[in-house]
Amino acid sequence: MKDFFKIANKKFKSRLIVGTGKYKNFSECAKAIKYSGAEIVTVAVRRVNIVDKKKPLLMDYINPKKITYLPNTAGCFTSEDALRTLRLAREIGGWKLVKLEVLGDKKNLFPDMIETLRSTEILSKEGFKVMVYCSDDPLMAKRLEDSGAVAIMPLAAPIGSGLGIQNYTNIKIIRSQTKLPVIIDAGIGQASDAVIAMELGCDGVLINTAIAKAKKPFQMAQAMKYAVIAGRKSFVSGRISKNLHGIASTTNKGII
Amino acid sequence: MKKTKKIKIILNGKSRSLQKITSVYELMRSLKLSTDKVAIELNQEIINKKKIKNLYLKDKDKIEIVHFIGGG
Repeated sequence: MKDFFKIANKKFKSRLIVGTGKYKNFSECAKAIKYSGAEIVTVAVRRVNIVDKKKPLLMDYINPKKITYLPNTAGCFTSEDALRTLRLAREIGGWKLVKLEVLGDKKNLFPDMIETLRSTEILSKEGFKVMVYCSDDPLMAKRLEDSGAVAIMPLAAPIGSGLGIQNYTNIKIIRSQTKLPVIIDAGIGQASDAVIAMELGCDGVLINTAIAKAKKPFQMAQAMKYAVIAGRKSFVSGRISKNLHGIASTTNKGII
Repeated sequence: MKKTKKIKIILNGKSRSLQKITSVYELMRSLKLSTDKVAIELNQEIINKKKIKNLYLKDKDKIEIVHFIGGG
């Protein structure tokens, strides 16, 4: 069965997107991406180190021709900063598919939805394909869709918290009301969290910390890869209904 | 007006002295940076990397050179 993950008319096989932050070095990061099977990775825009030019470059380890770079606005707290970052990202290599995240709260890293909405509108008008990190609020998700977002990315829990999905109902409502892909972004801690996200009907999952900071990142990358596949297959297979009592798996006919 | 051969610019947040007639292209060359993996912003405006040969820096210009790093 062909079950592609489609974002802004681009097809992907893997429904797992991984972040490239928090690894010990780029080679560990590149290896983890391989194990995860991800075809899309998030990247950040920062100043070039002028002093130490021998510092390795991300692009030398992760080939942007083979892996889709998804420039992200991590660390931006205003619409202006986010717009500036993504315009620069586009200039580096022509990236139009971007991830917008405008934070509003330094402690919980919750998105500022007012600034996020504003930025989504402007970026869409400038021709960007904007995947948007957002709160798990169905009303806000709808407004993002109306503002031109190409993917809705509600948090499962605060970024880096590893708490797993906190609000199943809202995620399900967000999924049911939109035609856009819904990708759980932030808060995944272990493989079962990714399975649940996919079983709720989400189209994909974005994971960084849970892989990068696991004791064995490569094994965790693999675990997440299979979790996303398992969850997706489980969701599309149509689960049985729940019953309060037992229903025998074996017929009584011919019993001795 | 005082004649000076040097100008001061702010490069990635740090002050730097340059010869008076320096293009962005020459600055990139002196920094041994290739233009294909970076974006350049001059006084908050993104500049076309193809036109940097004729783009000369002025005193107090603020230039940012950015690239991709690992991020979530």
